[in-house]
Amino acid sequence: MEFDLVIIGAGPGGYVAAIRASQLGMKVAIVEREALGGVCLNWGCIPTKALLKSGDLYETLSHLEDYGLSVTGRSYDFTKVIERSRGVSKQLSAGVAFLMKKHKITVIEGTAKLEKSTPAPKIVVALKAGGTCTIQAKSVILATGARARVIEAAGLLPDGERIWSYREAMVPKSAPKRLLVIGSGAIGIEFASFYRSLGSEVTVIEALDRILPVEDEEVSTAAKKAFERRGLAFRVGAKVVKLAKTAKGVVVDLEVGGKAERLEADIAIVAVGITGNVENLGLEALGVKVDRGHVVTNVHSATSVAGLYAIGDVAGPPWLAHKASHEGVHCVEHLAGQKPANLTAPIPGCTYANPQVASVGQTEAQAKAAGHEVRVGRFPFRVNGKAIAAGETEGFVKTVFDAKTGALLGAHLIGAEVTEMIQGFAIAMTLEATEAELMATVFPHPTLSEAMHESVLDAYGRALHL
Amino acid sequence: MSIDILMPALSPTMEEGVLAKWHVAVGDTVKAGDVIAEIETDKATMEVEAVDEGVISALLVAAGTEGVKVNTVIAQLAGEGEGESGGEAAPPPTPAAPVLPPKGEDPKPINPPPLGEGDREAVEGGAPASDRIAASPLARRLARAAGLDLATISGSGPHGRIIKRDIDAQAGRRPVTAQAAPTQVSAPRQVQSLEEMGIAPGSYDVVPLDGMGKTIARRMTESFRDIPHFPLSIDLELDALLEARTRINAGLEASGVKVSVNDLIIRCAALALKRVPMANASYTPQGIAVHHHADIAVAVAIDGGLITPIIRAAETKGLAQIATEMKDLAARARARKLKPEEFQGGTFSISNLGMFGIKSFASIINEPQGAILSVGAGEKRAVVHGDSLAIATVMTVTMTCDHRVLNGTIGAQWLNEFKRLIEDPLMMLI
Repeated sequence: MEFDLVIIGAGPGGYVAAIRASQLGMKVAIVEREALGGVCLNWGCIPTKALLKSGDLYETLSHLEDYGLSVTGRSYDFTKVIERSRGVSKQLSAGVAFLMKKHKITVIEGTAKLEKSTPAPKIVVALKAGGTCTIQAKSVILATGARARVIEAAGLLPDGERIWSYREAMVPKSAPKRLLVIGSGAIGIEFASFYRSLGSEVTVIEALDRILPVEDEEVSTAAKKAFERRGLAFRVGAKVVKLAKTAKGVVVDLEVGGKAERLEADIAIVAVGITGNVENLGLEALGVKVDRGHVVTNVHSATSVAGLYAIGDVAGPPWLAHKASHEGVHCVEHLAGQKPANLTAPIPGCTYANPQVASVGQTEAQAKAAGHEVRVGRFPFRVNGKAIAAGETEGFVKTVFDAKTGALLGAHLIGAEVTEMIQGFAIAMTLEATEAELMATVFPHPTLSEAMHESVLDAYGRALHL
Repeated sequence: MSIDILMPALSPTMEEGVLAKWHVAVGDTVKAGDVIAEIETDKATMEVEAVDEGVISALLVAAGTEGVKVNTVIAQLAGEGEGESGGEAAPPPTPAAPVLPPKGEDPKPINPPPLGEGDREAVEGGAPASDRIAASPLARRLARAAGLDLATISGSGPHGRIIKRDIDAQAGRRPVTAQAAPTQVSAPRQVQSLEEMGIAPGSYDVVPLDGMGKTIARRMTESFRDIPHFPLSIDLELDALLEARTRINAGLEASGVKVSVNDLIIRCAALALKRVPMANASYTPQGIAVHHHADIAVAVAIDGGLITPIIRAAETKGLAQIATEMKDLAARARARKLKPEEFQGGTFSISNLGMFGIKSFASIINEPQGAILSVGAGEKRAVVHGDSLAIATVMTVTMTCDHRVLNGTIGAQWLNEFKRLIEDPLMMLI
């Protein structure tokens, strides 16, 4: 079989790249060994959002009296919560199948392996249905994604029973009574938030000195306080010496500030990062450069081998679905001879806990480290009309500007619905807006987004409601 | 306080120029009137003088840079007075006409914008030339701060939008290099490449157009395309004129002035224009501007182009004066040292290719003039005088007319008046 482009992996990087390639008139095939939509849609972004929605609603029921309402007999059916989450994934995966069909993209179910060839490596697929098929394409895009990182020496190795990765955490039979979450990145925090909302006793362990360590420090601090108010416990600056199973649960030996500490729980979720799926693809034989579990690529996602490209998680951080899609579109447009000009776009990141966290661009510390003289604006939701009316006054909007040029360097939000707001700042940064355009923009009233405007104004000493 | 020195508009048609040479270096002290640079415009090389006193703090455009847009900041001057010289210090570098607030608007100052006033203007007002350039707000602000002209920067953003990275790249290359500036010639029209038209690549060399070449290309295209023009030709017998010239030059021998046939043609043309004023006119949308004086532009071929120095009010000048002026103008034209007012604003043109043996030709009108006279070679031809053949020195001249200004009858009138003067030089005395 011959194609213009073959994509290995049908996650948000691969399937989006396939659609774009089809739009550009290429004959495209996509190889998927598991399920269309990849981890994002089946085991990540999407099903967790379904779980979190159930958790949020359940938690809201516990303080309905705040709104003058009451309910008796609050309860949940865990199986149904999980079923709903799986249903959402299933629906969307079917949606991807429909999109592939609509764009006349050949979907090949099986596991791909690359072999030397020109103009691009040839792909030998061990088909799910049995047998193999060989495909030659003009270009090949690796979009094989990533999986949970394991650290065997410390026992951070999911067993599917008491030690879970995100995958097992997504479909357990019941909510654990006592839960340890190891790692306080977005994945760890989201599961911690979800299980806490259902009543689990959750302790989050973070090796660094603050939770959500990629976020701005003020956001980390505020998030920790907000989570603690919800009953989450944290051990920061805590190194996992050993995680082990016991007869009834798990036990973890920590080293916190030079002192040994031991925590026990029923279940532990390991969320200590991601490692690219670079194995068994024949990359070594081809001589593809791989660095610490990720394929090395250039600005157009080209690898060190002619005709072979890599996008998304397998090509390195940030491990985000939208980054994968963005790279996929860029790569395909480049292959089509276009001059995609959007690689300067900053990539926003979101954590869908309660409260939510969203950010784009540099943190205040990063901006300063990069040599910027900064102007920082902050605006808390507690004085925002809509937030007060909604009873969701937690959090704030922080903006970081270059004092010299007025360039928006970063925005850091924590609070209700901030994941839906961050795109405003992403657009502003992509268009290279300065404080002047942001100030001149009319924000609708009453909305939480007014806090975005106020934060910008505050950076220049002009906040109206502070 | 730093004062921006801008690329000056040395003529009304000048859009860009070549910064040919710097006469100063960073650290030099200059005072008003000092020559700081030489600029090659569309027509000539001009000297740029300092208008303020101070120390040159930066030269932002390298010598030899082509396509420097008018009003680009080319250098910066650190003011001598440092700070408190008050309002009447240096004029702010605002090339555009000052915008007056609309009538009835409260004249009290508006609230200060969050950043510096100047920065704000860059975002909102900007130089008129930059307004149509797609550039991000941040890029505009950075370009202004770096003294870069957006028109000289190619954008790498979507649809060629200039973004921060383009400014950073350009700023890193300062001073602005010639090749970084894609000169935006107002090209005659969108042309296909030679390759597209079937000429093999590598089968030719490209002689780059200088400012003058670009201007000629643009103005001639516009003139030929937009002006409804027609030629009128007439034969003139020169023998009487040539004889008169011999006698005139003999009389002028002591003064060292020598009158050429061309000088005589200028004088005759000027007098004819005085007698047929409608031939000394320009089209305007408001009506036909009939000029008070015959400012005669004379085409002078120079190395790499053509320039038309002007004998002002030629109808008031005697032959000796015309000859003297013409000699001086032609010499300075060849050296590209004419001042703009010496080659712009004529009312009638004369182009003479007689010395090359050209019998007749029809020139393209030099806007906004109403006509141009093309002078062919004077040669002995057989002519009919009465009923007999004779030999005479004959010259064919062709007048290209703007039909919006003068019709065929007026053109013929002028040519007949001109003929009368040429063929009977005594008539010049009337």
